[in-house]
Amino acid sequence: MTTPLEGQSATTAPLDAEGPAAPPRSNGELVFVEPWQSRAFGMAVTLSEAGVFTWPQFRAALIARISAWESAPVKDENWNYYQHWLDALQDVLVGQGTVSADEVTARTRTLARRPPGHDHPHPR
Amino acid sequence: MTTGGPLPAALRTEALEQLLTERGLIDPKVMDGIITNYETNVGPLNGAKVVARAWTDPQYRRRLLEDGTAAIKELGFSGSQGEHIVVVENTATTHNVVVCTLCSCYPWPVLGLPPSWYKDPAYRARMVKEPRTVLSEMGLELADDVRITVRDSTSEVRWLVLPERPAGTEHLPEEQLVPLVTRDAMVGVAKVKAP
Repeated sequence: MTTPLEGQSATTAPLDAEGPAAPPRSNGELVFVEPWQSRAFGMAVTLSEAGVFTWPQFRAALIARISAWESAPVKDENWNYYQHWLDALQDVLVGQGTVSADEVTARTRTLARRPPGHDHPHPR
Repeated sequence: MTTGGPLPAALRTEALEQLLTERGLIDPKVMDGIITNYETNVGPLNGAKVVARAWTDPQYRRRLLEDGTAAIKELGFSGSQGEHIVVVENTATTHNVVVCTLCSCYPWPVLGLPPSWYKDPAYRARMVKEPRTVLSEMGLELADDVRITVRDSTSEVRWLVLPERPAGTEHLPEEQLVPLVTRDAMVGVAKVKAP
């Protein structure tokens, strides 16, 4: 795999630590509200830069998910942008056979059965 | 979690990441680097530098309006979603404002990731239908004789607005202009104000 950051390296110019454009609240808000959103974002960018799918493919899937939500007469869930992003990512990956919907579901259920506190560091 | 209920997004994301890592399709460390880059490095400051350069260097301004991607790359900014950046200029009589009606396309290398309101269904639907009203609600009152052009990211094009340089800043050097340029002005929902 190529290193996807190569194309980004030029953007990592030194930044002012303060001021209106200071990260990470450069938009006046956190870029990601919950950690999983950043992982879903990162997966889509990483996979497209690695050529697993193209960005137009992902964009089409994202548009389809957003459009389906917007045209639904009854909304089961509130607007959640990264939920659509995640669904679109899975749509593309399942659609091209990279993963199957069943194995994603099975793995998700396995992760859900972990005991509480599984992700906290344990003293040795 | 209840069996058969909707699967929480956080767990489904983790499951996907595990499966893709096991297949060798993603390297979590590489992904960490990409995420950190967008969380901490790439943001509107990049675009502000582009705008300040264009305000102070007429030849750069011309190159920027002719080929946005190339001129932006001159300043070292490139990457995903920056492949086809088209820069449009706001003047006293012409106002451009950017929207992505279908999803959330945005020129990441110069503005970072879009804010919530840019992705919101209401902004995306209403800006094309009633831009003057939406801009007014966002605090930007435009005179009736100002022509508004809504730039919709319906193709691979990512739009960037070159805001009008505010009156009273003629004496300021480039580096003092940079902090005046806001994200909102480069999307076209605000004007740049003199200090």
